[in-house]
Amino acid sequence: MEIAKVANKKQKRKHKFLNFELTTLTLPGIIYFFIFCYLPMFGAIIAFKKYNYANGILGSKWVGLKNFKFFFSSQDAWRLTRNTVGYNFVFIILGIICAVIVALFLYEICERGWIKFFQTSMILPTFLSWVIVGYISYIVLNPNLGILNQFLRFFRFSGRDWYSDTNCWPVILTVTNIWKNVGIDSIVYYAALMGISSELYEAAEIDGANKVQQVLNISIPHLIPIITILGILKVGNIFRGDFGLFYQIPRDIGSLYNVTDVIDTYLFRGLRNGDLGITSAVGLFQSFVGLILVVATNLIVKKISPENTLF
Amino acid sequence: MIKKIKISDIIIKFMFLLFSLAFILPIMTVFGISLTTESEIIEKGYHMIPAHIDFTAYRYVFKNPQTIINAYKVTIFYSFFGTFLSVIVMALMAYPLSRKGYKYRKPIMFYVFFTMLFSGGLIPTYILNTQYLQLGNTIWIYIFPSLASAWYIIIIRTFFQGLPPELAESAKIDGCNEWRTFFQIIMPLSKPVLATVSFLVLLGKWNDWQTSLIYIRKSELYSLQYLLQKLMDEAALIKNIMQIAPNIGDSASANVPAESTRFAMCIVATGPMLVIFPFFQKYFSKGLTVGAVKG
Repeated sequence: MEIAKVANKKQKRKHKFLNFELTTLTLPGIIYFFIFCYLPMFGAIIAFKKYNYANGILGSKWVGLKNFKFFFSSQDAWRLTRNTVGYNFVFIILGIICAVIVALFLYEICERGWIKFFQTSMILPTFLSWVIVGYISYIVLNPNLGILNQFLRFFRFSGRDWYSDTNCWPVILTVTNIWKNVGIDSIVYYAALMGISSELYEAAEIDGANKVQQVLNISIPHLIPIITILGILKVGNIFRGDFGLFYQIPRDIGSLYNVTDVIDTYLFRGLRNGDLGITSAVGLFQSFVGLILVVATNLIVKKISPENTLF
Repeated sequence: MIKKIKISDIIIKFMFLLFSLAFILPIMTVFGISLTTESEIIEKGYHMIPAHIDFTAYRYVFKNPQTIINAYKVTIFYSFFGTFLSVIVMALMAYPLSRKGYKYRKPIMFYVFFTMLFSGGLIPTYILNTQYLQLGNTIWIYIFPSLASAWYIIIIRTFFQGLPPELAESAKIDGCNEWRTFFQIIMPLSKPVLATVSFLVLLGKWNDWQTSLIYIRKSELYSLQYLLQKLMDEAALIKNIMQIAPNIGDSASANVPAESTRFAMCIVATGPMLVIFPFFQKYFSKGLTVGAVKG
């Protein structure tokens, strides 16, 4: 009896020690997240203040909801929300369609060498920074020297000044975004297709199904779960614009803001111009809506397929 | 039947070949322009294949390479050292979170995960980094604010969970403490996931231009990508850089071939990585499939 108790006590102490030791491993990370993630969250209170560099975050004067009121009564609010959500919505839908189509065609190729070559070339843009993609888009769109205008002139059309024409920017941004992401996205779907048992296709072939029928009845249904999950996860981020895309490709040209400005580029400009109060209000608004969207989409995923929830 | 399949096969391959060109040609064009003479560019516009190959632009770049060498040094230092620190901190944190018996597993997991859901935003982060931590205009701004990411910690943790728990137990019986177990047993066994995460972190850091854009005013601390962006935005900058050299030799330094030099810089700056990175493609696809596993 006595001995067992002592042993038990010893075990407990050992356990406590183990927990302590394991905690020391997490310490660097805990400190990092505290300083660089949690402190800014508290710092977000400056959205309710009139920030002044001399007084710091805590010392600045409270102004209540003034910053928010100012933003939501301006025209920026509607424009930024429309652009951010609109572009992301189009990117999600078209991005998925393109990536799935590429994956389906890639699946039809049998030789490994070819697959490797196609995948590597399609993945190249993933390794490029948005700055380099900016260079490439400049080569194409430059009004005097650009390839697109050379092409138009070759067919006797007149070239256009792309950097001042607001109508074509939704198309340019969408094409650029898909160009950069389609390769890497299609790899996920391709991997999912590789997971389908080949017996299914063999059985379908025996039953006389042609290629199109096989794709519609075997491949697509197998891709639906992963499409749903990835799509919904992206919807959770629909309030975040890709800063690189919207800053580097339109080259921060003011006359294009109406169609190229998203929340993230607005935040950056606000920082540069020193409108810290309003800008931090917009940032907090973005984070808050983002939080709600992620939690909401997660609830939806939980209903559809509980094993794919994020948390 | 057999013939029919072959035809469709050829059509698909042909389509993909055309499609691949859409990715390869733009990069080739950058290279082509860097080899074109300035007069030809201005006369005929950008072309992939120059009428005759001309290395003047590269000569200019290498005549006064100080700026680009500097950017290379900065980028290499923060990319590799930053990735190294980053992966160690993240793996250290992921390991206890993978241990079932660890008492604080749940609260710490939530503490990490919450940073994925909510953030303070750009402005508070900026004020913290520049006003309170004084990281603005230092090399550390590239390393510390992006030291850990919840997503990668989850990926590493998922891998650790797949290791047999007996490993840690037997190590403990042999008298290893947790730190030693981690470094001598867990780390060596986790090379695949560590390589994948390192690669993803490294790529992100190498392609980073936003940090310089927001925090760096000193030109000697520019990252490579930001230097390129500056060259694009400010046509005059390229002439400045090229004219710093006092003995540039020819009197023609007034008409530096700005267009082609810009693209030559682009090739010098990204060429090496563009050659190296595709070899790590397999880690890339691995990272994606690991990421698909529930955290």
